[in-house]
Amino acid sequence: MRASRIWAWVTFGLGATFFFLPLIATFEFSLRMKRGVYSFEAYRSVIGDTRFQETFAYSVTVAVMTILLGVLLVVPTAYWIRLRMPHLRPVVEFVTLLPLIIPAIVIVFGYIRMYGSSSPLPFLATRRGTDVLLVIGYATLALPYMYRAVDTGLRTIDVRTLTEAAQILGAGWATIIGRIILPNVLIAVLSGAFLTFAIVIGEFTMASLLNAPAFGPYMQNIGANRAYEPAALAIIAFVITWACMGGIQILARFAPRSANRPN
Amino acid sequence: MTQTSITAALEAAQEAPPAERRGVRLPLHWLGVAPFFIFALMFLILPTLYLIVGAFQNNEGEFTFANIAELMQPSIRSAYWISIRISLASALLGGLAGLAIAVAIVRGGLPEWIRAATLTFSGVASNFAGVPLAFAFIATLGRLGLVTVLLNTWFGINIYALGFNLLSFWGLTLTYLFFQIPLMVLIIVPAIDGLKKEWAEAAATLGATQAQYWRMVALPVLWPSFLGTVLLLFANAFGAIATAYALTGSQLNIVPILLYAQIRGDVLHNPHLGYALAFGMIFITGVANIFYIWFRTRSERWLK
Repeated sequence: MRASRIWAWVTFGLGATFFFLPLIATFEFSLRMKRGVYSFEAYRSVIGDTRFQETFAYSVTVAVMTILLGVLLVVPTAYWIRLRMPHLRPVVEFVTLLPLIIPAIVIVFGYIRMYGSSSPLPFLATRRGTDVLLVIGYATLALPYMYRAVDTGLRTIDVRTLTEAAQILGAGWATIIGRIILPNVLIAVLSGAFLTFAIVIGEFTMASLLNAPAFGPYMQNIGANRAYEPAALAIIAFVITWACMGGIQILARFAPRSANRPN
Repeated sequence: MTQTSITAALEAAQEAPPAERRGVRLPLHWLGVAPFFIFALMFLILPTLYLIVGAFQNNEGEFTFANIAELMQPSIRSAYWISIRISLASALLGGLAGLAIAVAIVRGGLPEWIRAATLTFSGVASNFAGVPLAFAFIATLGRLGLVTVLLNTWFGINIYALGFNLLSFWGLTLTYLFFQIPLMVLIIVPAIDGLKKEWAEAAATLGATQAQYWRMVALPVLWPSFLGTVLLLFANAFGAIATAYALTGSQLNIVPILLYAQIRGDVLHNPHLGYALAFGMIFITGVANIFYIWFRTRSERWLK
C-alpha cells in the first residue's frame, strides 16, 4: 500500500512537471521583452496592436454567431428527437459525431470547392458570405459538443410532461421550445457555448483557408515574425481556455438544482 | 342532426386505418428535424462526398483509380508515413502516460483535491491546442527556450547538440502529448471508476497480490477502453494541423500540411490528387474511429 502511494505521487509529480514547465517557461519568456528586467512589455505590445484588436473582435463575433447557430440547430432537434422520433436518435448521434471523424481541413476543402464564386451557391464570392460560411463551418466543428451537452440537459427534465402542460395552456411550438425547454436546459446550453467559444476563438485551419481576418491566423502570423509577443499570446489564449472551462465547472454546480426544480 | 353528424365524424375518425393516419402525420414529424438534416447534408456530408467522388474521377469526370494509385508516389507516401508515425507515437505515449496518471489519481491514495484539480486541468489542456500550444513549446524547448537554456547553464547539456530538434518527429510528438495525455485522462478516469471494489476484494480473498490484481483483473477489463481511446487519440493527432503548422511552418512534410499547401496553391498540379489526399485522411481517421466505437461497445460489457 505504501509503495503504491509513493508510486502514485511520483507519477503525479512527473505529469505535473510536464504540464507546468511549458506554462512557466512561456510566461517567463513573455516577460523578457525588455533586456535585463521582467516586464509586461510584450503584453502591452500585443494588446496595443490594432490588428490584435480587430482580429480578436472578429473572432469573438464569429464565436457568438456560432453559438447562436448551434443552439438554434441543436436544441429543437434534440428536443424533437427525444419527444417524437426516438428511433432516429442513433442516426442523429452518428451525424453529430461526423465532425470528429472528418478532419476540419477536409470539411473546409469541401466548402471551398462546393461554394466557390462560380458555384450555384457562391458563399465565397462575397466577404459577408465568407463570414457566414465560417460561422457554419465552426457550427459543424462544435456540433458534437453542443449536441451532447444539450442532450444530457434534456435527459434531466421531463420533456413530455412539460410539452403537454404547455400545449394544454395553448402554447405553440416556438413558445414551447423558446420559453419552456430552452430555459430548462440553459445550464447545459451555456456549458456547450463555453466549449464552443474555447474551440472557435483561436481556430486556425478554417479561418486561414477561408482567408478570414480571424484571431488564429493573426497569432500564426505573429509567431512567424516576432519573438516575445507569441509567448504573451499563448498565455492570453491559455487564460481564455481556462476561463471557458472554469465557466463550465461553475455552471455544473448549478445544473442539478435548476433541472430538478419542482415547478 | 348536428349530434349525429358529430358522432359520425368521430366514428369515421376512429375507423380510419392507422396506416393512413400515419401517412398524413409523418411529414409534419419530419419537419421538426428537417433543418438539422438539411444543414448536415449541405455543410457536412455533401462537401465530404464531393471530395470523395472527386478522388475517383479524372479531369474529364470519368471514373478512375489513378488518383488513389498516385498517392503511392514517394513524397506523398512519406507524408502519410510520417503522419501515421507521429500520430501513433503521440497516441501510444499519451495513452500510457494518461493511464498512469489516471490510475494514480483514482487509485493511488492521493488527496481528493488532486483528482479534482487534475480533471479540471485536463479539461483545459485538452482544449489548449493549435497555434498557442506551438508558441508554448517554442518558449520551452526551442533553441532559446527556458528548459533548453537551463539544461545548458546548469548541467552543461546542450540538447540541440545532442540531436534534439523541436521542429522534428520527436519535437512534434512531445508537443502533441500536451493535449493527448489530458484527453486520455478525461476518458479513462470514468472507466477506472467503473472497476468494482468487489473484484479487488475477491482477488485479495483468493490470495492475489496488488500486482496480480492489476495484471489479471483490472488491466484486462480496462484494455478495450484503453485501446479504443488510443485510436481516438490517433485520429485526433492525425487530423490536427494548426500546432504543426505554427511550429514548423512547412518544414515537416505531414499530410495535413501537404493538403493545406495543396488547397492554397495546387502544389501537386492535379486537383483530383488533392481530393485523393483528403480521401486518404478521411479513410484513416474513419477506420480509427470505427475501431474506437467497436472497442467502446466491448468495454461497456464489463463497465457499468
